[in-house]
Amino acid sequence: MSAENLVEISSLDFAYEDRPILDGISLRIPRGKVVAIMGGSGCGKTTLLRLIGGQLKPSRGEVLVDGQSVPHLDEEELYALRRRMGMLFQFGALFTDISVFDNVAYQMREHTDLPEELIRDMVLMKLNAVGLRGAHGLMPAELSGGMARRVALARAIALDPMLIMYDEPFAGLDPISLGIIGQLIRRLNDALGATTIMVTHDIQESLLIVDYIYFMSDGKVVALGTPDEIRASQHPFVHQFVFAEADGPVPFHYPAVPLAHELLGSAAHGGR
Amino acid sequence: MAGDSRATGRIATMLGSIGHRVTDGLIRLGFATRFFLMILLGSGQSFRRLHLTIREIYFAGFQSLLIILVSGLFIGMVLGMQGYETLQRYGSADALGVLVALSLVRELGPVVAALLFASRAGSSITAEIGLMKATEQLTAMDMMAVNPIARVVAPRFWGGVISMPLLAALFSATGILGGYLIGVVFIGVDEGAFWSQMQASVDFRYDVWSGIVKSFVFGIAVSLIAVFEGYDALPTAEGVSSSIKSTVVKSALAILALDFVLTSFMFREA
Repeated sequence: MSAENLVEISSLDFAYEDRPILDGISLRIPRGKVVAIMGGSGCGKTTLLRLIGGQLKPSRGEVLVDGQSVPHLDEEELYALRRRMGMLFQFGALFTDISVFDNVAYQMREHTDLPEELIRDMVLMKLNAVGLRGAHGLMPAELSGGMARRVALARAIALDPMLIMYDEPFAGLDPISLGIIGQLIRRLNDALGATTIMVTHDIQESLLIVDYIYFMSDGKVVALGTPDEIRASQHPFVHQFVFAEADGPVPFHYPAVPLAHELLGSAAHGGR
Repeated sequence: MAGDSRATGRIATMLGSIGHRVTDGLIRLGFATRFFLMILLGSGQSFRRLHLTIREIYFAGFQSLLIILVSGLFIGMVLGMQGYETLQRYGSADALGVLVALSLVRELGPVVAALLFASRAGSSITAEIGLMKATEQLTAMDMMAVNPIARVVAPRFWGGVISMPLLAALFSATGILGGYLIGVVFIGVDEGAFWSQMQASVDFRYDVWSGIVKSFVFGIAVSLIAVFEGYDALPTAEGVSSSIKSTVVKSALAILALDFVLTSFMFREA
């Protein structure tokens, strides 16, 4: 593994029981960069994040994070590695029984012996970075979707992680919140000197903030490049994605027998 | 011929489905046993950071007090009436205190308190853990390098185990008070005989202690079922609702079956 890559994935296979999800995938995430992994729903993007975080074990292949082989770590080593990772879940996954402040303070209290005064200052600084210092006393149920995502972001960076992973950070947000989250992802990555992996299908927002993009389809990497290369790409899959075309390499229809055959066949079977 | 093969097919399907149910049940039992061991292994934190467990004793135990005390009082009052009605036919109404106390301490206290606890606290523990799973809170915790079994499951389990014998004792105590109210205050059984016969006949070793052992075992069973069903719930609305139902049904069956087994051992010892 070269020192310039924080994450290296090689020839990775993964299947849920007998349903293959990832098929010999290989990719590299350079240190300090913001990298997007894109693709349609169900193409294995989130599974890939879970494999990097060690929540799933691959059936074949290697996942290296900061030189450590994630599938081969025992629980203690994995937890030690996860303390240096932050993850933002699709809908925030905030702890609903504690306040915004306590959510952000959670990891600090669990993993450090810092005095409460210092934790207070650190939490307020993290919340300030996402613009929600004034909301520290609210409960998660009192937040809007965009605010909850920002609190979850503050929680993910609570211990200044080396790697921040985002699972669909833009899903279900209005255009203003979407822009704010996008800018925060870029700014926090640069300010913390971290590395960011972002799983998303929001191409336009991603092109503005990322350094590099991997496109996935059917468990494979089908295209990759910088935002400029992606914009200029003639690859049919990338073209369909960038210009949001309904049909193309990703078909509009779920696999089925031809319509005429199905309609005539059903008539022959008494309409059932 | 066709009829024969259809019948054979149906029998094969039926046997297949029974086989599936048995193997599924065994697999889940294996999971539950492994889960129980993981709770025991992760229990250190529940006692080192006692406030986590005390919080769960408050939610599971203290907040169940109202239903436990009111039910205990009513069951005691009914026992007082029924007991008096039967005993006075044999001219032994003075033994009412013994009857009420033994019924409650040995049997009704632990069993009914456990059934109420399963419906009141067990179901809410399952719902809470199931919803935490459905909203990815448990996964988020795991990704923050905090073990959800040690941090979320074990304190709830121990909170239930500790609360159960205390609730059963309070149930029996208010039940005896209910029996006293009906028997002595309203019907007019001799107060001295009510208490002195109770004191003379209720043995700490065989009666009170066996009740405590029962409620402790029920506490382990109900708490384990509640946390397991929550942790094992499908992360959907239907999944969580079905797990809550499972907690109540399985807890009730487990309590009654364990009661039979424990009582048979206790009688043999006596």
